[in-house]
Amino acid sequence: MLRKFLGGTALALATAIAPMSASAEGHYDGVTVNILTRPGPVIAGRMVERGEEFKAMTGAEIRVAEVPFAEIFQKLLTDWATGTNSVDVGVFASGWGVELVAGGLVENLDPYIAADDKIDLQDIAPYFRDFNQKVEGSTYFITIDGDFQMMYYRTDVFADAGLEPPKTWEEYLEVGAKIHGMDMNDDGEPDFGSCTFMKRNAQSYFAIQSVAASMVQSKGTGEGLYFDPATMKPKVNNDAWKKAFEVFKASVAFNPPDVLNHDIGDTRSLALAGRCGMVIDWGDIGPLSIEDGSQIKDKVGAIIMPGSTEVLNVETGKLEACEASNCPHAVDGVNFAPFAAFGGWTGAVSATLDDQKKQAAYDFLSYMNQAEQSNVDVTMGWTGYNPYRNSQLEDTTAWVEAGFSEASAENYLSAIKESLNHPNMASDFRIPGAQQYTGVVLDRELARYLAGEITVDQALANIEEGWEEITDDFGREDQAKIYSLSLGITN
Amino acid sequence: MNEWLDKHMGRLFLAPAVTLILVFSIFPLVASLIMAFARIRFSAGGFKVRFVGWRNFEKQFFGSEQFHLIGTFTQISLLGWIFGLSVTAALLWWIWGYVRRHFTWFGFVGRLITLAMGLGITWLFAGTLLSGNLFGTIGTTLFYVLVGCAIQFVIGTALAYACSKNIRGKTAFRVIFFVPMMITPIGVGYIFRMMADTTKGPFSNVWQWVGLGDFSWAADPWAARIFIVIADSWQWIPFVFIMMLAAFESVSRDLTEAAELDGAGPWQSFREITWPHVLPIAATVMLIRAIEAFKIVDLPNIMTSGGPGIATESVSLQAYYAWRALDLGSASAIAYILLFVTVVICVSFFNLVVLARVRKQP
Repeated sequence: MLRKFLGGTALALATAIAPMSASAEGHYDGVTVNILTRPGPVIAGRMVERGEEFKAMTGAEIRVAEVPFAEIFQKLLTDWATGTNSVDVGVFASGWGVELVAGGLVENLDPYIAADDKIDLQDIAPYFRDFNQKVEGSTYFITIDGDFQMMYYRTDVFADAGLEPPKTWEEYLEVGAKIHGMDMNDDGEPDFGSCTFMKRNAQSYFAIQSVAASMVQSKGTGEGLYFDPATMKPKVNNDAWKKAFEVFKASVAFNPPDVLNHDIGDTRSLALAGRCGMVIDWGDIGPLSIEDGSQIKDKVGAIIMPGSTEVLNVETGKLEACEASNCPHAVDGVNFAPFAAFGGWTGAVSATLDDQKKQAAYDFLSYMNQAEQSNVDVTMGWTGYNPYRNSQLEDTTAWVEAGFSEASAENYLSAIKESLNHPNMASDFRIPGAQQYTGVVLDRELARYLAGEITVDQALANIEEGWEEITDDFGREDQAKIYSLSLGITN
Repeated sequence: MNEWLDKHMGRLFLAPAVTLILVFSIFPLVASLIMAFARIRFSAGGFKVRFVGWRNFEKQFFGSEQFHLIGTFTQISLLGWIFGLSVTAALLWWIWGYVRRHFTWFGFVGRLITLAMGLGITWLFAGTLLSGNLFGTIGTTLFYVLVGCAIQFVIGTALAYACSKNIRGKTAFRVIFFVPMMITPIGVGYIFRMMADTTKGPFSNVWQWVGLGDFSWAADPWAARIFIVIADSWQWIPFVFIMMLAAFESVSRDLTEAAELDGAGPWQSFREITWPHVLPIAATVMLIRAIEAFKIVDLPNIMTSGGPGIATESVSLQAYYAWRALDLGSASAIAYILLFVTVVICVSFFNLVVLARVRKQP
């Protein structure tokens, strides 16, 4: 008994002393970095774990505070603007950060990157490195998650039905209707052609942009989805967005009956339970499909978002057939425009910190971003991290070790590569007020249209009016300047 | 010194409480009033305030947010005209009666405010609900208040009356009936959302079995509103129950027994003795519930996020969404509109209905 007690005590002491010894060598002893992000385990959970490692290496304590997704930006902005400064690092969508940069609240990370020999910036995919992390040519954000939407489909269901995955949104409607009602998980119950998040105040406004992108943008990333850069006149009240809205609403017919109340948690749980023939989602479905309890392991194919054979003529507001002149990036007459929805979770350092804390905060973000850590983290579905480095896409070893079959890993990574390197990738909003433009106005009018409260024409007219109001509120000239800058860099 | 202390001791004792009220109640009220007339932008070192006059309010009533707050107006249907004109005539007759019988300027101004609110709400419903148009968050909130409070009052009072009698296990009933009120509204929202999920909720097989597997309450505006009222009632019936139980138990048994001896039946005894006795408490309970119900935000936020469309969005939720998008000016303006509506309706209810009934009692 005594021996057990002594043994246990020694073990406890050793456990307690070990990190202390490690931290005693750390150059950030006594430094605490407070991070604000969304609730875990997604995104936040892995930061907590990596934070422990970072503390053991450097002595810096990493504290991760979690707030509801919808309140992250508001809390961060008020904390930094009012000088409360209880947060040292914000982890959020890079698109939101333009407003923080405009307010002088975020540290320019160029000098830190210049002195960092571990971050290997050239390994980060061009879209994230040159666009997502930067504002006006300077790097203000460090990517820890690469986000854009793709389409997933059930390979077994499509094979049984003799169908090919959809290349256009018309084909998406056709195959969705055909497979709707099939029993896809052998439970004797009819399942759904597609599962899409359509709940208001959730993620539906991202999904509609994924549908609209290939109809609105055809001349490359620099063309942009939202405004005429010179006048900031919204290019939303036109036939392209109208068709996108109509396609989105038509897909309700082969979605679950309560799809209007489904957010991403609902659609993912249905997909993993094997109840969805197709899913519009970020990169997470791939790693989630191999986790315990998944009914769809090795049954999921990933493809670039469907495209359109017609694209917007901005002058007339009408759709025109895709030709070489108006669709320079089309493949077989189909214009694709994978949408960088949300842009990924990125870290920004408060400009008000002292130098040591700034360096510690940057070092932690760099540690999260470095290939040695991130190449492992992106293979685990629960982390919520999706690939953004070339090295994460080129080698399937880590993915197979994580549980993918070789074929699944190759399929998944090739769909990501196709999207990520697409010259017509559509960027999310990256101007001040981004949340108001999409998260409030676009989201609300889409929800009203889906609920049958208003017609598509009324919805688009309301969005145009709402966007104009927001632009005027923030200052048209300032917005035009930032919007133009945000479109200046293309893949 | 001692003399000075003696003289000012009262004020000194009050000072901490007054300071707290000023800091935590009056200051936010004034600050939000200022915000309601401004546009606010956060930037390094603080925020920039730009005064815009009544624009935040104008936007809600006549601008791009009109459909959101008060509804969509096209043309008023025949039913809407009949309803609107009838209620308008009744309200004008009521105020004319007041002017003729016992006119005071103070009472007249108060009634004019009530009249304006009554006419506004009447024509709001006439122009939206009764004319096939969509109503906005004010209409939805009034639905939650009127229908929700009525259900809660009837069921809560009935349960309280039953438990005030000598029935077996009434202590257990009291505890059981009281539990829902102790659960956080967010928890209640999630519980009801799960229970009503026809696709993958714990009762999805039951929904399938009763033939409602393909029905989505969340996609139907009225079903969604009713479901929220049910969840709200489930949570707040205990409040009415516990207050009314105390009221019923305070009625003197001597009176009811004397009435029984005089040959009064249970209904007559309730109507003539118990009800007049508990009426002031019942009115107060309803007033408190109505004030709370006007502020409903958690349940529609959790259960439907205000959807489908804006069908279940309350005024408080509208203000919250505006605040979340950092549109602090609009959020404050909406909050003040709600404050005005709540105060006018509740004060009118108390003065014109409750006090009038209480004064009539012998």
